[in-house]
Amino acid sequence: MSRVASPTFRDSLSVSLTVGAYGVAFGAAAVANGFSVLQSCLLSLLTFSGASQFAVIGVIGAGGGAISGITTASLLGIRNGLYGVLMAPILKVRGLKRVVAAHITIDESTGVSLSQESRGESAMREGFWLTGFGVFIFWNLFTLAGALGAKAMGNPSAWGLDAAVPAAFLGLVWPRLKNTTDKFLALTAAVFAIVTTPYLPAGLPIIGTAVIAIIAGVRKAK
Amino acid sequence: MDTLWIGVIGTSVIAYALKFAGHSVPEKFLSHPLIKRINLLIPIALLSALVAVQSVTTKSAIVIDHRLAGLGAAILALFFKAPFPIVVLSAAITSAAVYNFF
Repeated sequence: MSRVASPTFRDSLSVSLTVGAYGVAFGAAAVANGFSVLQSCLLSLLTFSGASQFAVIGVIGAGGGAISGITTASLLGIRNGLYGVLMAPILKVRGLKRVVAAHITIDESTGVSLSQESRGESAMREGFWLTGFGVFIFWNLFTLAGALGAKAMGNPSAWGLDAAVPAAFLGLVWPRLKNTTDKFLALTAAVFAIVTTPYLPAGLPIIGTAVIAIIAGVRKAK
Repeated sequence: MDTLWIGVIGTSVIAYALKFAGHSVPEKFLSHPLIKRINLLIPIALLSALVAVQSVTTKSAIVIDHRLAGLGAAILALFFKAPFPIVVLSAAITSAAVYNFF
């Protein structure tokens, strides 16, 4: 059982468990926003990307249309595509393996894999697969638990579930705010979204901030 | 098919398409520094907007209620470097307390 002792295995397992547990928050939030238990579980099984999942339930739950929800979720999903670009040359897989690898290409599997760089390419591959599958299993189990729990609770406000959703978004964005530009962008986006909410159709105040991000990126490049 | 189902299926299809595309395009195609930077900034903007909209708006109105107290608790928890579940839990408990007792 030397594999169990391997540091890569331990890194993967600890990340899988902690991140997977967030699934409770997602399952509960999805049900609080009007999604069924089945729909909540399907989002975790098929979309399998936390930020995108929270986005689609958040936008639609706030009264936005399907297109607004899907667009916001997809803009957040672009980064998984970039992770794929990084991972493909390391994994070197084709056919069915590549189909599976793509599905588990997320923040955590990519992050753990890249953090194993000093241990060599085989450790990087091991980290990717173990973390990808680990998060997948725990994320889905905990989503089901959260969704069933929220369904049993009834009124979401009485249990604080309506505040759990923005808190989850805050928890997702907080570690990304690394410098003044990031923080300024975060504040600008928040203010823009609040101020335009009474005037724009639901969803647009959120999607519109992607334009602010692009402007910020281009300006910084100059 | 209703909005919820379209949302579930549409999000899932595009999410997978994006992941698979990444594994299939040549590396230099997406590694332009500008694309990389914008890719880091877009989640910051969208997630911040979602925090704001979910805590102080209801439909198309700005509403200050128990949720803002919950968000305050979450910010406090993050300042003390609390892990994600504690952040969410402290927001939920605070918000529920304000909702039920005030």
